[in-house]
Amino acid sequence: MNREKRNLLLNGISLILLFGILYLFDQYGSDYHVRILNNMAIFVTLAVSYNLINGICGILHLGPNAFIAIGAYTAALLTMSPLEKQMNYIIQPLIWPLNSLHAPFVISVLAGGVMATIFAFLISFPVFRVRGDYLAIVTLGFGEVIRVLCNALQGVTNGPLGLKGLSPFTNLWWSWGVAVVTIVLITRLINSSYGLAMKAIRDDEIAARAMGIDPFRHLLLAFLVSAFFSGVSGGLLAHLITTISPTLFTFFLTFNLLIMIVVGGLGSTTGAIIGAMLFAWGGEALRIVEAPMNFGFFTIPGIPGMRMVIFSLILMVVIIFVRRGIMGRNEFNWDWFFGRHQK
Amino acid sequence: MTSTIFLQQLINGISLGSLYGLVAVGYTMVYGILRLINFAHGDLLMFAAYVAIYATTLSALPWFLSFPLAIIVTGVLGIVLDRAAYKPLRNAPRISLLISAIGASFLLENLALVFIGGVPRAFPRPEVFDKVISLFGLRIQVLTLYTPIVTLVLLFGLLYIVFRTKVGKAMRAASKDFETTRLMGINLDRIISITFLLGSMLAAAGGIMWAMKYPQVNPFMGVFPGLKAFIAAVLGGIGNITGAVLGGFLLGLGEILIVAFVPELAQYRDAFAFVILILVLLFRPTGIMGEPIIDKS
Repeated sequence: MNREKRNLLLNGISLILLFGILYLFDQYGSDYHVRILNNMAIFVTLAVSYNLINGICGILHLGPNAFIAIGAYTAALLTMSPLEKQMNYIIQPLIWPLNSLHAPFVISVLAGGVMATIFAFLISFPVFRVRGDYLAIVTLGFGEVIRVLCNALQGVTNGPLGLKGLSPFTNLWWSWGVAVVTIVLITRLINSSYGLAMKAIRDDEIAARAMGIDPFRHLLLAFLVSAFFSGVSGGLLAHLITTISPTLFTFFLTFNLLIMIVVGGLGSTTGAIIGAMLFAWGGEALRIVEAPMNFGFFTIPGIPGMRMVIFSLILMVVIIFVRRGIMGRNEFNWDWFFGRHQK
Repeated sequence: MTSTIFLQQLINGISLGSLYGLVAVGYTMVYGILRLINFAHGDLLMFAAYVAIYATTLSALPWFLSFPLAIIVTGVLGIVLDRAAYKPLRNAPRISLLISAIGASFLLENLALVFIGGVPRAFPRPEVFDKVISLFGLRIQVLTLYTPIVTLVLLFGLLYIVFRTKVGKAMRAASKDFETTRLMGINLDRIISITFLLGSMLAAAGGIMWAMKYPQVNPFMGVFPGLKAFIAAVLGGIGNITGAVLGGFLLGLGEILIVAFVPELAQYRDAFAFVILILVLLFRPTGIMGEPIIDKS
């Protein structure tokens, strides 16, 4: 059996294993575990698509929260029935074409992705005129502008009240299905000639240009792909937690994604997946530090915010002392797996 | 709009702008030398405000002692910040430095949240600044008048240090070329520390005045002033101290006047600065007074 066939077979087996585990959780797991697994899948999708920009293209983009928000609002507005919308929009009625639109879940989520891509295209022209710190602050500003718009455009987003009572369409199959599709597509993109060009731009933009690579075209491609999957995850997220409001999509969300990909290893899809899963699990496990602690003699009251202190510390320790994170820029593959065990 | 209201808004705008300017100077100085957006700079405002609160209420210091104390302590925190979060990354890729800065910012905010709590606190505003005076038929709070004056005094002090002293000369040299500066026998780490000290002290002064203007102090109060001050620095031309203050004035005036002329835009006020930023970067990336940015490697 040659390598390619073997790898394909092993990939297939792991997929079946993954969905087998999901099936078990779906049938016998508690709601709490299912919720964590759903979160995990959405974080994986977000981290992998975010890593495409930050890790592979080497550009510090700080506005994925905007694309997630756009995807979430678009999808939510499409899946809600006209009656539900009427009940949600108390202060100001929803503007015309949106109040009568109604679409099934799949189409809504895809529309969320497409809408995020359109916004990404519009913003890409000012964004890619600059590099480095400026790009970071422009994308951060874009995230803020979208948040301000979510708050202010009451006729579209219902303002600070947000949208409530969305149907909980997102289940394990949808969230993990999207995660797997995202991983496969983005890995293929990274391993294609486009991906090579993106890495070349990351390592040395001037040299890449000299080789005939058009940075704008490649960065734009990565940006659009990343925005699309962020938007799709936004739609999934909205239908997982069933309530969305502008406070959900602040810079805080971006910061969490940044922790995931930095801890996993900037530039590694495997790292992004590991980082996202660790984050989803760690976020729950660390709830202990915020809960009241009882030592028998005395009780420490719960300290809200302690988790974020720990996460920020982890981020800084990783970036200062172990800059490569868990995976560095390496990827998991079966050859590496077997090569290691033969020795 | 009557001319009285216009004048009133103009003065408010200048006052707000001078606050942005004060904070922007710190950004521009650090950016000039390290080519780093010090994301944690805005949180120094918050830190200074809390120190001032504790110094005034706990140790019952009069304000003219507690405010300078807060400014000095914040200056020291600035140096610590550089040593802990940025110094180990001097030779690292810029993206790592930026991520470290974001981490430091979140760390400071959440440490404040854990140790002080998220409930906003009232800032003990000294009565001296509470007075309201009438000027040409306008009723103006003294604080609104003092803010730009303090800003200008501090700015001239800073300009003196940067352009008339040896340390300032070293700072200007460091912002041009690290290696050559080192070859000239200048202790670069000392110069960087002094830069952080000065920038942080200005941020602290800005933070205290901000807290007096909007007397609600909470762990996240520095985020928006910080971001806007950075935009002011870009608007004025990053790396240029006078430009930063000018940018601050323009941004503050613009924010106040736009809301004054078109009140419907009030809820978009926070987005205004970012729209300006995008426009500046599109049409004049070097800002109003900036020189072309040299990429230091």
